[in-house]
Amino acid sequence: MREVEKILDQYPFVQRDNLIPILQEIQKKFGYISEEAIVMVGSYLKMPTSKIYGLATFYNQFRFSPQGQFHIKICNGTSCHVNANPLILKEVESILGIKDGEKTKDNRFSLETTTCMGVCGMGPVMAVNDRYYTQLTVTEVNKIIKNYQQSEE
Amino acid sequence: MDNSIREILIKNILTPTEVGLDKDTLNTLQLLRREKVYHPVITISSNTSSKIMGVDEVKKQIGNYVRERNIKVDLIEVGSLGLSSLETMVSVQLPGKTRVFFKHVNPENIILILDSIFNNFIRDEFVYGQLRDKNYEPWEQVPFLDEIAYFNYQQRLILNQCGFIDVNSIDEFIAFGGYQTFVKTINNNTPAEVCDIVEQSMLRGRGGEGYLTGKKWKIAASTAGHQKYLICNAGESDPGAFMERHLMESDPHKIVEAMAISAYAIGAHKAFIYIESDYELAIQRINQAIEQATAYGLLGHDIMGTGYTLEIIIKQGAGAYVCGEETALINSMEGNRGKPHSKPPYPAVKGLFDQPTVVNNVETLVNVPVILKKGADWYRSIGTEESKGTKVFSISGKVECAGLVEVEMGTKIRDIIFRIAGGIRNNNRFKAVHVGGPSGGCLTEEHLDTLIDFESIMMVGASLGSASLVVLDEDNCIIDTVKFFMNYLQKESCGICIPCREGTRRMYEILDNISKRPKDDDGYTTLQRFKGVMQLETLAEVLKDTSMCGLGQRAANPVLSTLKWFRDEYEEHIFERNCNAGVCQELRTFEIDVDACTGCTICARKCPTGAIFGTPKNAHFIVQDKCIGCGICYETCKFSAIISK
Repeated sequence: MREVEKILDQYPFVQRDNLIPILQEIQKKFGYISEEAIVMVGSYLKMPTSKIYGLATFYNQFRFSPQGQFHIKICNGTSCHVNANPLILKEVESILGIKDGEKTKDNRFSLETTTCMGVCGMGPVMAVNDRYYTQLTVTEVNKIIKNYQQSEE
Repeated sequence: MDNSIREILIKNILTPTEVGLDKDTLNTLQLLRREKVYHPVITISSNTSSKIMGVDEVKKQIGNYVRERNIKVDLIEVGSLGLSSLETMVSVQLPGKTRVFFKHVNPENIILILDSIFNNFIRDEFVYGQLRDKNYEPWEQVPFLDEIAYFNYQQRLILNQCGFIDVNSIDEFIAFGGYQTFVKTINNNTPAEVCDIVEQSMLRGRGGEGYLTGKKWKIAASTAGHQKYLICNAGESDPGAFMERHLMESDPHKIVEAMAISAYAIGAHKAFIYIESDYELAIQRINQAIEQATAYGLLGHDIMGTGYTLEIIIKQGAGAYVCGEETALINSMEGNRGKPHSKPPYPAVKGLFDQPTVVNNVETLVNVPVILKKGADWYRSIGTEESKGTKVFSISGKVECAGLVEVEMGTKIRDIIFRIAGGIRNNNRFKAVHVGGPSGGCLTEEHLDTLIDFESIMMVGASLGSASLVVLDEDNCIIDTVKFFMNYLQKESCGICIPCREGTRRMYEILDNISKRPKDDDGYTTLQRFKGVMQLETLAEVLKDTSMCGLGQRAANPVLSTLKWFRDEYEEHIFERNCNAGVCQELRTFEIDVDACTGCTICARKCPTGAIFGTPKNAHFIVQDKCIGCGICYETCKFSAIISK
């Protein structure tokens, strides 16, 4: 929570329009926005936490629980969609037994679909943490996910 | 930073003339423009696409290669030519020779490419083309870029430097004439004159409505307020559009210059650029460009001694499609939920912090320096009667060559798809092209001769909006694509007005319903499904008429346009329960080829609903009533005994 204070200290004359940047920085630092952080931001900005929560849930960017060890992002842009990305998503869902936006029980994998990642010429695209995989087929996805499942780190 | 270069460049901005330049200045400029090349220049396209394709590794390999062999090279990062399916692209220019571009470069083949070119020959399998340049000797057997169909039909007014210019260098941008227009304008023209010129040029906002930019500026300029603001809307967030991201990554200074001129014209001293926070590279490049320009005195307090002050601030968006709408964007910037409100008051009268605010998108703004440089009359000579200038499209989907294209207004859609983008992949049959993202519409084969301008596109039920072209072929299902957009829109609807919040959701449900197998097959369910489609049309019309903002009003476009042009496909889904393209999974049926089945039992074991019966080593069969069409049996069968119908 020291870290949240540090972030807040950067905004001495704070106004409402700083709220989104503050939340963005908190998420960048921790990977998600915790309840404690929302309470702290609320008391700093003298705003009800419900308002902050209401704002944060409006935007796609904000998450309220930590990601898994391997965070899988699947591009759900139009181009990836017409290049058969629903099959890729279904395959990942069936291997991991979780749905879009969920996390496995052992906290190892979390799954998220994103809007366009900007590689429309190379779809379907998937990212595991910072590693990207392009022009995927169902068999390839199967192999990639199984590899991560077996990896120790 | 080398101060002498900086002085030379600034002098050149103030008096941009090639005649009478002293030798030093000319030399510096020529070096920066690479009109004189003393040692090899290697450019690497560094953008989101190529980063994902592993450009960092390629860069490392090039670094190692030249270090080991002790070759002195200039290694520079450029944006992208716009050919996103050919990334990573690398170009090499040897002294005295033209610049050659290579495609699909990866850490393995880069060594081969460099080996060959440093030994003065070129490997055909990797080469893309060479840049025509009268100062240098061309390579034999290598096509010129302007001879390649992709570039040949394009007219690049605003993408002209993308992929050629060093993205990290303000010096190079200035050497090619950058910021000259800005400095000239604030020295010689009053803000009102700039507004006049832009209005005369008939530049129209590229965001979708097509409102005259000059007119909008005049409203903001003539409204009283403590402050005036310019907002550059770079929050693309349309799935399938990437031109704003591309422009920011490939030519960031052009956007900074364009914003500076536009802010001057409306009398703003603060300008904001709103970028989605996941466009990390774009944010980094724009930020760097702003810092460099400020260091050169081109932004900040008292610019070039004219007394004009301007600050450009980056605002990071948090991901909401509705924030493309200007009032929602302003709400979001003020730290509220990104909800639109009804207009009037227009932002030009009462916008950010209740002050007059002009919101323009990136593409609209970057047209401004071009207009001021070449004149309104010249600009008016390009394009059609009502729509002037060029239009940038991002084309993707089932085309041979996905990427960014800029064509003159009035070009046929057919030319973009079949000439520039190289036609449909794998020689498949063209089915439809979706214009304008989730709020756009689908066009068929017969509309391919439609000219690109605001009115013609509107006539056929689409909108120029985000100007993404997604090409569909025979393997794509129209219902599935529309369902995809509806699902996207119902998630992104801000929920403030009922037609949009409920309407998009219901339309999604109706579409979902007809792409599924009915649970029991009596006349009543069929009637319900059919009634759904009847309502779909009414619902879409209501949505169009009663929604508050552009998102809701246009949300019906995909449905209305496909109902009009692809009615047979809807009917096929409803009456025959058949998806010809085989995309709607639940409508697929499978059968087992008795002769090919060996009775290995794998399919029976994998079937999630237990719809496959049979004894080992004997042919199996599928009970259609239990089958949900998931296709797992089809994928697992090793003997191709399962036939999809």
